[in-house]
Amino acid sequence: MSAPSQRRLIFQHIDEPGYTNDLACYLKHGGYEVMKRAFARKPEELIDEVKKSGLRGRGGAGFPCGVKWTLVDRKSGKPIYLVVNADESEPGTFKDRYIIHQDPHQMIEGIMISCHANNVKQAYIYIRGEFPGGARILEKAIAEARAANFVGPNILGTNYSCEIYVHRGAGAYICGEETGLIESLEGKRAYPRIKPPYFPAVLGLDQCPTIVNNVETLCHVKHIVGMGGEAYSKIGTPNNTGTRILCVSGQVQRPGYYEYEVGKITMGQLLNEVCGGPLPGRTFKAVIPGGSSAKILRFGERFKGKRKVGAEMVDYDWGVEDVPMDFDSLGMIGTMGGSGGVIVMDDSVNMVEALGNINEFYAHESCGQCTPCREGSLWMKKITGRMVHGEGRSEDGALLKNVADQIAGRTICAFGEACAWPTQSFVLKFGDEFKAYPEAKKNAPADSLKLV
Amino acid sequence: MIAPPKPELVTVNIDGREIAVPKGTNIIEAARMVSVDVPHYCYHPKLTVVGNCRMCLVEMGLPAVDPATKAPIMDPATGKQKINWMPRPTIGCATNASPGLHIRTTSPMVKECREGVMEFLLINHPLDCPICDQAGECKLQEQATGYGRGYSRFIEQKNVKPKRTLLGPRVVLDDERCVLCSRCIRFCKEVAKDDVLGFIDRGSYSTLTAYPGKKLENNYSLNTVDICPVGALTSTDFRFKMRVWFLKQTNSIDTESSVGANTVVWSREGVIYRLTPRRNDAVNDTWMADSGRLLYKQVRTDDRLATVQVNGAESGRDIAVNAASERFKQGGVAIVGSGRSSVEEQFLAKKLAAALKAPAYLVSRVGKGDNLLISADRNPNVRGALVTGLIQTLPSAHLTELAASIDAGRIKTVVSLGEDLTAAGLSAAQLAKVSVIYLGTHANPTSAAAKIVFPGLTVFEKNGTFVNQQFRLQKFHKAVPGFTGAIDDLTVLAKLVAAASSSGTAVASEINALWTSLAAEIPALGTVLFKNLPETGLLLDSTPWAGLPYAESATLHYQLAQPALATA
Amino acid sequence: MNLKPETFSRIDEVIPHYPVKRSAALPLLHLVQEDQGYISQEAIEWIAAKLELQPINIYELVTFYPMFRQKPIGRRHIKVCRTLSCALMGGYKACGEFEKQFNTHRGEISPDGEVTIEFVECLASCGTAPVVMIDDDLHEKVDCAKARELSARIKTEAATRQ
Ligand SMILES: Cc1cc2nc3c(=O)[nH]c(=O)nc-3n(C[C@H](O)[C@H](O)[C@H](O)COP(=O)(O)O)c2cc1C
Ligand code: SF4
Ligand code: SF4
Ligand code: FES
Ligand code: FES
Repeated sequence: MSAPSQRRLIFQHIDEPGYTNDLACYLKHGGYEVMKRAFARKPEELIDEVKKSGLRGRGGAGFPCGVKWTLVDRKSGKPIYLVVNADESEPGTFKDRYIIHQDPHQMIEGIMISCHANNVKQAYIYIRGEFPGGARILEKAIAEARAANFVGPNILGTNYSCEIYVHRGAGAYICGEETGLIESLEGKRAYPRIKPPYFPAVLGLDQCPTIVNNVETLCHVKHIVGMGGEAYSKIGTPNNTGTRILCVSGQVQRPGYYEYEVGKITMGQLLNEVCGGPLPGRTFKAVIPGGSSAKILRFGERFKGKRKVGAEMVDYDWGVEDVPMDFDSLGMIGTMGGSGGVIVMDDSVNMVEALGNINEFYAHESCGQCTPCREGSLWMKKITGRMVHGEGRSEDGALLKNVADQIAGRTICAFGEACAWPTQSFVLKFGDEFKAYPEAKKNAPADSLKLV
Repeated sequence: MIAPPKPELVTVNIDGREIAVPKGTNIIEAARMVSVDVPHYCYHPKLTVVGNCRMCLVEMGLPAVDPATKAPIMDPATGKQKINWMPRPTIGCATNASPGLHIRTTSPMVKECREGVMEFLLINHPLDCPICDQAGECKLQEQATGYGRGYSRFIEQKNVKPKRTLLGPRVVLDDERCVLCSRCIRFCKEVAKDDVLGFIDRGSYSTLTAYPGKKLENNYSLNTVDICPVGALTSTDFRFKMRVWFLKQTNSIDTESSVGANTVVWSREGVIYRLTPRRNDAVNDTWMADSGRLLYKQVRTDDRLATVQVNGAESGRDIAVNAASERFKQGGVAIVGSGRSSVEEQFLAKKLAAALKAPAYLVSRVGKGDNLLISADRNPNVRGALVTGLIQTLPSAHLTELAASIDAGRIKTVVSLGEDLTAAGLSAAQLAKVSVIYLGTHANPTSAAAKIVFPGLTVFEKNGTFVNQQFRLQKFHKAVPGFTGAIDDLTVLAKLVAAASSSGTAVASEINALWTSLAAEIPALGTVLFKNLPETGLLLDSTPWAGLPYAESATLHYQLAQPALATA
Repeated sequence: MNLKPETFSRIDEVIPHYPVKRSAALPLLHLVQEDQGYISQEAIEWIAAKLELQPINIYELVTFYPMFRQKPIGRRHIKVCRTLSCALMGGYKACGEFEKQFNTHRGEISPDGEVTIEFVECLASCGTAPVVMIDDDLHEKVDCAKARELSARIKTEAATRQ
């Protein structure tokens, strides 16, 4: 079966020749029309549309957006904040970058609709520090939108006012985790909070109810309100609605971003047809499907079980290539859709070294607050580092896995899983390579790819 | 006496045992109530909960209900409501008791979690217990026996961090031993309100530090040493002096001010090594000031009074009592009691004053309150003097009335219970006009001028009670034997009372015996006896003394009473 | 604190963006670093005072967020992505090439004072790996040849400045 064609909803204008990031261009393409219509509707109706759409968060966890919005404490009398998660820092993920740089007004429109729906008077865009240009673009776009009365006091002549400010991070991955982000926005070290009691929907920014949504998620809100939740829910597959931007990187012919209806394309179609297959003379070895935190898949492994199709349970027997790229299917085979970052490795890669690279990332990025993640992530890095640069031992794989097992599920935030899952899955699926590594290293060619 | 309000209770099940606990109690505390220990590092009952150490992970289950009808789902096997156990462990410190909550603390999963955390905490730890001052009080050492692997799987280089950093004049930090629990940081921020400590760097390289150029030198700095669960923070004063397991602990009260922080005296063979706070949720929580911790040093000083003296010559107790009795017979006696004396001593002083029909005074000591555990009233027991009736109004710093009486020749003998009369405003000339009978612990101009001197005991060497600013009656115990030559003040006072009273009847001087009459004679004390007074004290009814112009402003657990309306 | 008038005005503008002053800590650190090149102890104390905080509150941030530095760096900041997708496409090699071109090591100022080269984590441009940021600008698909070219450009600019 050949790959379906892209369905560009969010990325409709990305890389379109002549499309610029200023307000005039956006308006020329029908910009802010959805917002105008949305402002004429009751906030509850908008929340309802989002609920009906089945939209799941695009930041990583895939949590239903409508449900998130209904959990917001609206009785406290405290202001409700919307914080846009533009920290885009999950390795392998590069979608928000293009929205921010090339189509900021789409994002602002999505934000303003979401603010209106949730009676938010103040929104912050938390943008990673490494996007200085992006921050300037957003600031300029907000200023334009403010001048056009789309943002700021008495929007579109109503008595509803809402402000957006851009807040820059400063190079810490953990600021992507929503409560770490909130702490960071409060001017503190980005130490994620314990939940309970600090659920953002109740005790978020300055202990006020706070909605944290990913950039892409909020852009989808614009399209949902535009076409209606019902219509949106027909895009994609049941429980995996809408489109999704898949970011492909690593060793393929045509890496890049591709927007598809969720679940309508398989891994094989994506990598072999859309991305042109492996580099010349190479074969695919492994792929991480949802950002570096997702568990790795090994080409050649098979996944069997039963899954729900419509009302029926049917058997499935998939190779990696057969897996549809949606939240549920990827979850079913023990990994996740996560942030949509697909990282491809071919047969030139040594998996111990690839894990070494990932472990270095997590050891560097652990906030250091809770014991298992703080100590475990560095320990894992030290082990893989020693294996690559010093004395590897055949038992190191087992030790690595055991250390990872002592982290996942026991930490304050999901970084614990994020740093444990790579190690757990690499060792599980490439245990042979870990055992053989001390020998393999001796025979490695001098010019082999350096990853650690 | 005032009863505390009754909290709302919820029933939880911990390791199969049901217990009703106040709503909001966390699992660590609830488990404690059924004698189940949930090991923990970062949790501290008096600080915010951060949940960072992950040592307190437990298994949690909730009673199953039908999602639609909310009706309980029963387990046919047990006939009880089914429990849905969560697949993941949860932290006990941040989990509050809710109705029907089930907790397992001994399951294989919990054991594995604890072992994992212990291993992680030890991989970068220097393992220098033999030279660590915390040995015996180290929670890491304690838990390692239960949950340690016994061997190390860690063959990598350990992190290197600063050692022996002087954080301030009284606290030393060893960063390699720090488990990054943030208790000390939270204490400084939340309790001492002196934000000087923090973590720098990130991940496993996170390091506790004071801001460069700033010192941890506030008057509460040593509390960080108390709460540090490991040997990362140690006291410069106590460091390496004595292994704690050799020390005897005695409950006492801080005499610095009318707050009356509860303390523990740590001693061995009659020598005190340190003072630490003792938890009292109604008074000092788990804290005390650094200044109060040094007070034990007054026990052994060169100026301790060690001999009974009559007219400048060493004498015996009974001879001195007889000499005093002679003075009493001449009349014109005044009593200068003390807000530092115990309730019992004040009671006898009151009796002495009554027997002699002598006026009784007290000397106030007012300083600056710190709004925490040192109040403006630097006497620990002014309210005891009110309760015992030794005084009726609040004292002032200067004995002006007494001075006038001396000048007028009405007073010829002054009994001072440890107060330096010159410091209290009597001139040398006035002092020369009277015979002073002095009971006290340390030499001062008054003891030097006194005709009769009885060497007394410090708070560490005797039993007694104080009434703090809340009108809480609190007791202290004898921690070390009296200084050689010193006599229990109660004994001397009882003898003086007997000598002064016309009938000459003996008065009890032993504390328990004395309390029978105390309770009988002082309505505010009701049926209290020394021996059944709780270690955390008892709140007395203070209405008879409400509205007096007390010197204190608010402290940790003391709010100012509404200022009394100015009625004519 | 000796800052440009423009920095002062931006600082005063940003503080009221937040319900609680402390939130302005990161923005102020960025502004001061842009102005001064790094965050000095004086800057830490000045920002703390400005936001009614203790210096430790700011010091904790400077050491937590990798983008803030406490020492000056070279005139240009070359940040090479180290993370997996870039590494898979030769990020380590590109970094090595920059180091060679400027005769320096990661984390140090080059002998000519021109650059400081550093590894950074994923820059969210993995599809065009390996990527490098030079100051505020992203450069994509930086293989060794492109690294040489970028280095040459920096050197030319340096030469014309003199
Ligand atoms: C370690 C960690 C890093 C994360 N990084 C990001 C990120 O960079 N961007 C993002 O949108 N969400 C990130 N998330 C997910 C957020 O916590 C949060 O779920 C998300 O922003 C919610 O938005 P959504 O519901 O719209 O997806 C991260 C989560 C974790 C645990
Ligand atoms: S899991 Fe890691 S990142 Fe999350 S709070 Fe704990 S130490 Fe920080
Ligand atoms: S010094 Fe002690 S109290 Fe402070 S963080 Fe470290 S272990 Fe905790
Ligand atoms: S006591 Fe540290 S996490 Fe609960
Ligand atoms: S890995 Fe280099 S940009 Fe993502």
